Amino acid sequence: MTATAELMDYADVVARFDPVLGLEVHVELSTATKMFCGCANVFGGEPNSRVCPTCLGLPGALPVVNGKAVESAIRIGLALNCQIAEWCRFARKNYFYPDMPKNFQTSQYDEPIAYDGYLDVVLEDGEIFRVGIERAHMEEDTGKSLHVGGATGRIHGAEHSLLDYNRAGVPLIEIVTKPIVGAGERAPEVARAYVTALRDLLRALDVSDVRMDQGSLRCDANVSLMPKGAEEFGTRSETKNVNSLRSVERAVRYEMCRQGAVLAAGGTVVQETRHFDEATGSTSSGRRKETAEDYRYFPEPDLVPIAPAREWVEQLRTTLPELPWERRRRAQEEWGLSDAELRDLVNAGALELVAETVEAGAAPGEARSWWVSYLAQQANVRGVELGDLEITPAQVARVIALVAEGTLTNKLARQVVDGVLDGEGEPDEVVEKRGLKVVSDDSALLAAIDEALAANADVAEKIRSGKVAAAGAIVGAVMKATKGQADAKRVRELVLERCGQG
Amino acid sequence: MPAISRDEVAHLARLARLAVTDEELDVFAGQLDVILQSVARVGEVAADDIPPTSHAVPLTNVFREDVVRPGLSQQQALSGAPEAEDGRFRVPRILGEEQ
Repeated sequence: MTATAELMDYADVVARFDPVLGLEVHVELSTATKMFCGCANVFGGEPNSRVCPTCLGLPGALPVVNGKAVESAIRIGLALNCQIAEWCRFARKNYFYPDMPKNFQTSQYDEPIAYDGYLDVVLEDGEIFRVGIERAHMEEDTGKSLHVGGATGRIHGAEHSLLDYNRAGVPLIEIVTKPIVGAGERAPEVARAYVTALRDLLRALDVSDVRMDQGSLRCDANVSLMPKGAEEFGTRSETKNVNSLRSVERAVRYEMCRQGAVLAAGGTVVQETRHFDEATGSTSSGRRKETAEDYRYFPEPDLVPIAPAREWVEQLRTTLPELPWERRRRAQEEWGLSDAELRDLVNAGALELVAETVEAGAAPGEARSWWVSYLAQQANVRGVELGDLEITPAQVARVIALVAEGTLTNKLARQVVDGVLDGEGEPDEVVEKRGLKVVSDDSALLAAIDEALAANADVAEKIRSGKVAAAGAIVGAVMKATKGQADAKRVRELVLERCGQG
Repeated sequence: MPAISRDEVAHLARLARLAVTDEELDVFAGQLDVILQSVARVGEVAADDIPPTSHAVPLTNVFREDVVRPGLSQQQALSGAPEAEDGRFRVPRILGEEQ
């Protein structure tokens, strides 16, 4: 490991240099099976329990392309405004590394299935930055290595490595941008916004679960600097292991500052792979890049070419969902949200949940409030994603309806939601089982009120003499006596009535 | 001018993780050169109306349904491994490369 690199102040970097970015995003498709064999495509699990002769590269095993994966690749290409190849092939990328048991990765080389597109990225201030897409191609994921004996689980100092091939052969789409120039000081923000937009797009396409934390969406960031006004790109580094949106931004910024210092000191940037360290936000030198020739690509002889019929491509085009940012704009208009409210909704990952709740009959304001506050809080407490909570939008809509019709107070409604989250059944069942209905029977309330008035004779006297503010104490006592199952507003009315102030 | 130089053969040997002695390099460079020149003669007969051919069968779009099929058990998968540990294939540490 090298010592901490010299860094140039960020303001100086952008004053003296223009950054050029190239982002490579790998996305694992959420198909049922792997790219070239029928093994299940599921995250985690017992090591080497989802493998077969094909993905283990055993002699004689032959691959067959997963048609669903090709369909996903084409839909991704179309959503990225790409051309879809009329004819393309797979290629072998040869290298020796134990994460690929075949000793080559089946990929695409100079004939990607999708090429020459773009993605319009909305920056924080609303500005739209167009990122060109060079290509999107199909390949397979590698196995997972566990380095044993090293201090950090990394390869340095490791005594041996352990391989799990469950992930080997999982369908992977690699999406490569054209060089991103002209972003200037906003380059780190553009990088983050691009990966965010791509993630949202892939999620809307329902082709991947896009979990950066689980590696189903991974970003490699190529960064180089050229002196202001120069035309020729500088030498780039490629930073890997960038596993969160925030890290994308930090990694680009760090590389800009590091390369700025190297160039300012008269040095040259080494073309290499660098490893991003989440903990320190810095990058460290990895291996020198092999050149493309070293991979000795050649057409995969065991797989025939793919020639997507234009009718099929056009049919797939009709399956494209509304783009996430267009969806947001429509929601904002329909629900009358401020920019900040929309941002909170999107950041909480609640937009579709709210939309479904509204569709199930709830008022947009109520639906939004439940998802971004109480349910978001519960998701946090229970350590799950909002969408993975054990409650459906229809159930949330039912709870909202119960409050609207006066069966529940907001406080009781939260208990009903807790019941649903704990698996106690539908909202109405929870109300029944937990006995959570608002006490709306006036005679029951009056009995509790008379009891409270008798127990607090001095307060009762004050109310009778016109100090209606004192009624709060009686209301409080009644609410306590009814375990919060009374409508406080109604109780207050009755208290005042009882004391001749109604 | 040979079709492949001795240095290129040495480079390929390294990529293929083959330990080749200096004497073997001389032999292989000469042999590979003969092979390449022979194969290159095919190019002389290829006319403009013959596209480069990678597949002998005129098939495209051979796809599989996205349906799970049984594979090997962990025990079966590891049965041919020289070494295994914790349900995983055990390999010697990898030097000089980082993935």
